[in-house]
Amino acid sequence: MVQLAGMPTLEPAEGARDQHMVINMGPQHPATHGVLRLVLEIDGEIIVRVYPEIGYLHTGIEKTCEAKFYQQVVPLTDRINYLDPLSNNLCYALAVEKLLNLEVPAKAQWMRVLMAELSRLNSHLIWLGTHAMDIGALTVFLYTFREREEILRLFEDIAGQRMMTSYIRIGGLSLEPPLDFLPRVRAFISTLPEKIDEYSNLLTGNPIFRNRLKGVGYLSAADAIALGVTGPPLRASGIDFDLRRDMPYSGYEKFQFHVPISNDCDCWARYEVRLIEMRESVKIIQQALDGMPEGPVKADAPKIVLPDREKMKTQMEALIHHFKIVTEGFEVPAGEVFQGIEAGHGQTGYYVVSDGTAKPYRVHMRYPSFPTLQALETMCKGRMIADLVAVIGSIDIVLGEIDR
Amino acid sequence: MAEALKPTLADKASVLEGLPEHPALNAILAWDPVALEDARFDRNELTLAIAADRIRQACATLQAAGYNFFEDMTAVDWYPAVPRFQLSYHLLSLGYKERIRLRAMVDEAHPTVESITPVWAGANYYEREVFDLFGISFQGHPDMRRIMMPDDWVGHPLRKDYPVEGYR
Repeated sequence: MVQLAGMPTLEPAEGARDQHMVINMGPQHPATHGVLRLVLEIDGEIIVRVYPEIGYLHTGIEKTCEAKFYQQVVPLTDRINYLDPLSNNLCYALAVEKLLNLEVPAKAQWMRVLMAELSRLNSHLIWLGTHAMDIGALTVFLYTFREREEILRLFEDIAGQRMMTSYIRIGGLSLEPPLDFLPRVRAFISTLPEKIDEYSNLLTGNPIFRNRLKGVGYLSAADAIALGVTGPPLRASGIDFDLRRDMPYSGYEKFQFHVPISNDCDCWARYEVRLIEMRESVKIIQQALDGMPEGPVKADAPKIVLPDREKMKTQMEALIHHFKIVTEGFEVPAGEVFQGIEAGHGQTGYYVVSDGTAKPYRVHMRYPSFPTLQALETMCKGRMIADLVAVIGSIDIVLGEIDR
Repeated sequence: MAEALKPTLADKASVLEGLPEHPALNAILAWDPVALEDARFDRNELTLAIAADRIRQACATLQAAGYNFFEDMTAVDWYPAVPRFQLSYHLLSLGYKERIRLRAMVDEAHPTVESITPVWAGANYYEREVFDLFGISFQGHPDMRRIMMPDDWVGHPLRKDYPVEGYR
């Protein structure tokens, strides 16, 4: 019996004390993808109970938001899910724009879709590399990080930052994309499908990888819905639901793509669904590149959107607006909105409450990893400890977004 | 955003008149019209104010009416107003492809609500989070303990009278 200082002691069930053992996994464990601590009750090698203990990364971002101006919250959102930063930016920007009833120009919407899909690819590439590495296929990690590096270079090119992009702002984008950006994305996208084939060649036929995933981590459709699981794990449990298609935002209704689902409900299904999703993201980016409209990338709302540098230095009005936005923020009409988007890990939602001032009264983030972690016990009960590692990899959690 | 916003319906009577065929409204009215304290339709989002002591049954009713997915739940502290806390539940219908918000007001003197974990097991972590950060407890919850903060933490950080920089 492990004595857990200051933590709940998980006792083996009555009558099983001679057989069951309680062990601790994490918070510093390479297979838990961050600071996740799991307390396991095991019967030999078989898992009886899984008890996730979270909060090690809790930084009180929701509280911090209440002390910031609306535009100052954008950089905080990057830091919640550091693998998919642009989806966070997008969701927050959409929520505040809904409060403001502000429409962003077409080019900004298309760029947002393009960037969100690049961000999804980034997230899925990390998932694939680390998931395969957990299973023991170390090679794939090197291949996926090769492509991920290129995506990060694209982010750096457009936003000046590799991970904490803060590129999508309230009312549009922070900057026009540089001239070479779209051709670079096109060049990257044109080679990506064969790179995905390469990962697939390394893993799909690999008997060890297959055996570690097939039939492991079963999550029925009913359980997935009851536990609030979203995103690829939900679709891998046979529920055909994707916010990009079903409740479109930011112009997703103009794009044609296929939403992959699987009825196998296991880790293998989640692997297959995500791999197809990556191919679909490539198609969406292709469409965004082909149909990219001309025009401004910021809404015409001088009291909300910071003016261009050039204007600020030549026009008195622009200088005044710049000064006012930076020092006083902008007032947002009172009300409450919930904006959901389909991010790499599942449905992200921002619930923003305004009391009519320049600072949000309350910002709550619904992040997909939080409920998905609850499903861990359902997926692992009665299985081996080694399966737990495969399941954690397959649900693709980010502790930053669980703890916030 | 691109879609035109429908006009705001600010009170119960105008919502009932403006959205006569809404499945969530019909289900709630068929179940108990008295429990529906108020309603609001703003920025294309429907909010139903439910009496706090009926929230579990309201969730079960809506679940049966097609709002089958529990998406999110949190609280807002309206300090120093009375009642102080607003609980916001976001329910999603995978069939109608629509989201609704339930709102229940809870007073500081008696910050206890029925847990909705019997309806959606997925509400477990969310209710623990509200308990941890706001100090509202949920009756019938299987594991009502802090989730983010250490177990021996004093205070509830997301309350408005809790300083942003913490107590030093």
